[in-house]
Amino acid sequence: MKSDAIDRGGASHPLIELALARLREFAREPEAVFWAFIFPIIMSVTMAAAFPGSGAKPAVVGIEPGAGAAAIRATLASAPGITVRDIPAGDEGRALREGEVHLLVVPTEPPTYRFDPARDESRVARLLVDAALKQAAGRTDPWTAHEEPLQVAGSRYVDWLIPGIVGLTIMGTSMWGIGFSIVQSRMRKLLKRLVASPMRKSEYLVAQIGGRLVLLAPEAGVPLLFGVFVLGMPIRGSLVSLSIVCLVGALAFGSLGLLLASRARTFEAISGLMNFAMVPMWILSGVFFSSSNFPQAMQPAIQALPLTALIDALRSIVLEGAPLQSLTRELAVLAGWGVGGFGLALWMFRWR
Amino acid sequence: MAVDGLSLHVDRGECFGLLGPNGAGKTTTIEILEGLLEPDAGEVEILGLTWKDHERELRQRIGVQLQETQLADKLTVEETLRLFRSFYHRGRTIDELLRIVELESKRRSWVGKLSGGQKQRLAVSCALAGDPDLLFMDEPTTGLDPQSRRQLWELLSRFRHEGGTILLTTHYMDEAETLCDRVAIVDHGKVIAEGAPRELIASLGAPRVVTHQGTLEDVFVSLTGRHLREE
Repeated sequence: MKSDAIDRGGASHPLIELALARLREFAREPEAVFWAFIFPIIMSVTMAAAFPGSGAKPAVVGIEPGAGAAAIRATLASAPGITVRDIPAGDEGRALREGEVHLLVVPTEPPTYRFDPARDESRVARLLVDAALKQAAGRTDPWTAHEEPLQVAGSRYVDWLIPGIVGLTIMGTSMWGIGFSIVQSRMRKLLKRLVASPMRKSEYLVAQIGGRLVLLAPEAGVPLLFGVFVLGMPIRGSLVSLSIVCLVGALAFGSLGLLLASRARTFEAISGLMNFAMVPMWILSGVFFSSSNFPQAMQPAIQALPLTALIDALRSIVLEGAPLQSLTRELAVLAGWGVGGFGLALWMFRWR
Repeated sequence: MAVDGLSLHVDRGECFGLLGPNGAGKTTTIEILEGLLEPDAGEVEILGLTWKDHERELRQRIGVQLQETQLADKLTVEETLRLFRSFYHRGRTIDELLRIVELESKRRSWVGKLSGGQKQRLAVSCALAGDPDLLFMDEPTTGLDPQSRRQLWELLSRFRHEGGTILLTTHYMDEAETLCDRVAIVDHGKVIAEGAPRELIASLGAPRVVTHQGTLEDVFVSLTGRHLREE
């Protein structure tokens, strides 16, 4: 009976009005809109340019001058996967040290290879050069293997990278978007004014996250569409699963944004807190390189990070076509951060 | 301690003013009454209800304007009103609220583009959104030009004539004399005088006031030896 009697004078439910207010403020901030959508594209393009697909990079080889150098040069120049670079005399040591060449051939009899075995590129260069020179010297191979080069869409570095950038975007926009607007409202004493009205505090917090979810579709969609249509990344899993994972991720990071903003009174304070929370995840959660590179002892902590869970789930769906039910661990981690963050934020929140 | 042993009684339908210099404890007092600050000791009863037991109902029945609040710059006047109106279960329509504060022509303007007086009228309109029985105003005309002040006074007078109760703070003597039925003069967190403005001025007696008609300023000076706004 009582709820039937509610007359809002032409306004909608407070949750809707609060979320609309949040959205309108964002949409009327052109710079915020620009960065939310352009930043992930710039990052994808830059990373794709810096790390082209595997096998595309030739081994760069330098040859020291001396008798026989010309023959070696002619052999290597015609061998596949090898680029010969001319190094000024006396400069070989530096060129090798700085990675300008991956390997240096000294024309002794038999030839001498100078390289740094700790470098993957150098070891690859050694194998290629060795094979090319021995074949030229008359070696016959017992057989030639069939090769299936990993140039299939979906197995390149950039395909692996895009889901990471989608995860990064969801984290960044959710947390910054919510954190800054709350601190701004607190600084303007708008929060205090709101709690002096009959607004429910939980509805305010829910609306902050809800308002952002509307923006999630374009924010996650832009880098995904860019990946699919410009870079040819396949999406092997279902779009529904992908959307659900993005949604759960945005809820988790939205809650964390609320939590970090729950007591901060200045932009300096919230910026510091945001960086403190996000920078470790940029590094540890496997956005740009696999998090399995970190020591075993760190893995439980890394796997518990929300960004790791989000990116792992996104990669499983995009690259392997994993169904949602195989991602329960990742979804549970995200839900845990979301529920815990929201509860803590509601409890700690400073409205004044 | 900003306020100490301060006791007030405001009748329904009256306009009561808390008067005092900056830092006297006016804002602390009004925020305790608004349920935004919890007093270390003492009791607050509003419309026969307490904050502890009836917060939800009280919030529906009072209207609040805070001294320092800046409403969102990038929302329009109408959007801001819709937001505040959505929290109340009864009250006027958005159009009526716009009409009362004479902001109909500004309904699609961003709040950030309004003048000081227009912003303040919008703040009052937000406070009136739930058709409150009791209105709290913390220094409602501070920083406004004379015309805007007069406009706001008329607005508050109209609210009172429709049966509303107002509790306001001010450090303007003329504001208190124009609007208030009774005032309490607050200094250092204590009430040093309370009564109708006329009575307080009359209580000074003739000799002190020779060059002009007596004002509340004279009352304050005679009680404290200081001027209200000297700091």
